[in-house]
Amino acid sequence: MLPEIGHFALILALCMALFQAVLPLWGAAVNNHQYMAVAKSAAQGHLLFVLISFAALTAAFITHDFSVAYVAHNSNSALPLLYRVSAVWGAHEGSLLLWALILVLWTNAVLLFSKNLPREMVARVVAVLGLISIGFILFMLFTSNPFDRLMIVPADGRDLNPLLQDFGLAIHPPMLYLGYVGFAVPFSFAIAAMLGGRLDAAWAKWSRPWTSIAWMFLTLGITLGSWWAYYELGWGGWWFWDPVENASFMPWLIGLALIHSLAATEKRNVFKAWTVLLAIIAFSLSLLGTFLVRSGVLTSVHAFATDPTRGVFILIFLVLVVGGSLALYAFRAPKIKSTGEFQLFSRETALLLNNIILVVACASILLGTLYPLLLDALNLGKISVGPPYFNSVFVPLTAPLAVLLGVGVFLRWKKDEPQRVLGLLMLPAVISIVTGVILSLLLPEFKVAAMIGLILAVWVAVATGYQFYSRVNKNKKLTTALLEIPKGFYGMTLAHIGVSVFIVGITLTSLYSQEKDVRLEPGQTYQLGDYEFEFRGVIQNQGANYVANEGLVIVRKDGEVIQEMKPQKRIYRVQKMPMTEAAIDAGVSRDLFVALGEQLDSKGAWSVRLYVKPFIRWIWLGAIIMGLGGLLAAFDRRYRSVKIKQSVDSESDAGVTV
Amino acid sequence: MKIISKFISKFIFVLFLSFSSVVISGVEVHEFSNKEDEQQFKTLINELRCLVCQNQNLADSNAELAQDLRKEVYQMIKSGQSSDEIVAFMVARYGDFVLYKPPFKAQTYILWIGPFVFLLLAVVFLFVFIKNKKTDKEKEMTDEEKQRAKLLIESISSEKD
Repeated sequence: MLPEIGHFALILALCMALFQAVLPLWGAAVNNHQYMAVAKSAAQGHLLFVLISFAALTAAFITHDFSVAYVAHNSNSALPLLYRVSAVWGAHEGSLLLWALILVLWTNAVLLFSKNLPREMVARVVAVLGLISIGFILFMLFTSNPFDRLMIVPADGRDLNPLLQDFGLAIHPPMLYLGYVGFAVPFSFAIAAMLGGRLDAAWAKWSRPWTSIAWMFLTLGITLGSWWAYYELGWGGWWFWDPVENASFMPWLIGLALIHSLAATEKRNVFKAWTVLLAIIAFSLSLLGTFLVRSGVLTSVHAFATDPTRGVFILIFLVLVVGGSLALYAFRAPKIKSTGEFQLFSRETALLLNNIILVVACASILLGTLYPLLLDALNLGKISVGPPYFNSVFVPLTAPLAVLLGVGVFLRWKKDEPQRVLGLLMLPAVISIVTGVILSLLLPEFKVAAMIGLILAVWVAVATGYQFYSRVNKNKKLTTALLEIPKGFYGMTLAHIGVSVFIVGITLTSLYSQEKDVRLEPGQTYQLGDYEFEFRGVIQNQGANYVANEGLVIVRKDGEVIQEMKPQKRIYRVQKMPMTEAAIDAGVSRDLFVALGEQLDSKGAWSVRLYVKPFIRWIWLGAIIMGLGGLLAAFDRRYRSVKIKQSVDSESDAGVTV
Repeated sequence: MKIISKFISKFIFVLFLSFSSVVISGVEVHEFSNKEDEQQFKTLINELRCLVCQNQNLADSNAELAQDLRKEVYQMIKSGQSSDEIVAFMVARYGDFVLYKPPFKAQTYILWIGPFVFLLLAVVFLFVFIKNKKTDKEKEMTDEEKQRAKLLIESISSEKD
């Protein structure tokens, strides 16, 4: 009964989405307040029904209702409760339901925090979000119904993919979707503003906090995914340039560009048309990512061709959304006027350069991701595009971005003097070069790439610190002066510090990691770098739904025991899939990583993979700091103020928040 | 040769459909006489694709084919073959699909040149944009105007939070 209620609620949610899309849009066009007011109640009803639907599916998982096909395919009576709940979004149908739920949550959040916005604007924004929701609910009802029943109820379920039976991956999709779907909000703001012909500083100001928060969630989602791959897959890597990863990384890059261009649009009334375009692209890439991941086209172009129902639906939806919004853009863009003026040497140019680098990087990743699919579809042969390609394109493109960051924060809006900036940059540049060189000499082995990486990291940190210091009003008490600085500025500072931490992490991890696959008999030791690993043997362990071989490895440094590590190799009973659970000793300056391979002989020898990964935590730490910066910026008071102040046009507001 | 590679790609295609990704990475013990050989091995198995996996290199996969190919790469290094020779051998056997770093040839010109073209277009766009933006209304402020502007800014910044 419950699954039918869930199914029915989904249909009702579709009706609500229709109301939410059509009436407010119509109302805004003919200036009918009653129609516009429907936006709120329809969105609330929409939320209620999607929630009921989601709850019904969750209940089916919790109560082991294997008559529901989706539950039977993705759960098992021995599956622990936590993973029965996360299994709801563990596969295709349920993850779409999560998508729909998050979209309607964002919609209601917009309604909640938009009391000061013009009625027409809110009505249009909510209507556009409703239109997107219609597409997704239709997709579920027609091609991917999570409530389909099985004619013959199986005795037990096929279990959740063991890869997904992990806390990190349980919360990874919701985070990622909050980001993905979150870009629907700035997208809707852009569409609504174009429909209403009101593309002003206020529009940019409203879009900014939503963009920042969506970007923060996407950052955290991607970070979680990277962290998960590191400890769960047992390869010790943290980024693979896998198409699925790229699918989330592309909107992240464009979202980042959007954050920066929105700053310029709000502050200086420049690049309006460009900002609108970025808002459209960010969400389009989110949809494209969904298409790539959900249509099966990545697994194989042929798999897509043999069962194209889902893929074709998303493709049509994609074409409608992207095509529709670009058509609107083409129609409106010539009329979008950016009144702000600026000279070549100015912060505006620096931000534009930032945008260009990010967009070029994103376009290159898109090219690399789609190229093998295109060649294959055109029967021009099969190729693989992997890390060597992406690294050789991405790293040279983005390293200048770090240099630019340091310069950009010193530049004044509108117009600046190269001499002045050069004078300002001298000291930070010298500090960075000297510190970077000294640090790189302290490393176990001198490497030029490490030196460059460290100089860049120090440069970003010093420039950011110096910019913050200049912002503090020295004539006031320190606490008052610090409190005076808006949260947006703190957010920017924090995010840029995150960039610095991140650069340290990737530089040192990629250049100084040590790894070794060794055969170890119980009692044998292996020395890797400063660490001595002693293998003590393997015992058998029983888990809730798996059997594990658990090894014991004692790690010593300078003769002293610093850690006992217990890597596992699990076999999940239902899917018979072997899984590694690497033992990781995390540390600020290094991670130790031990993974079990195979038993090699009857003497109890195993193949064991050992890693020493310096500063790998800094990668995720840096990303988390960036995300927190985005969050902090979103809570700037300005976004909540009732009055809409015009930005100040002047030569001497170089310290204005970006 | 062509027929063989066609056959293999068909074979791979079939495997694609039935293969869920094999998760555990291949932890194997290989002894090398020197550091260079070991480095060469690591680089190669990182840049060669496990042909039957969804998206894994030889280093990360534990599929049987990956195990065999690792063994093969190991043997070839042992017998003193260069990386180029090993790569050429793999491409002759499995086609370009085995390379994570696609070769530079007719089918991949766009792939390799694309990013440069993007960058060029972007820079051109940037300059055209800024040139159009540049205004002729630009004029110097008089000292009096500057003084007034300064006062105005001060009054505004003292109002700010």
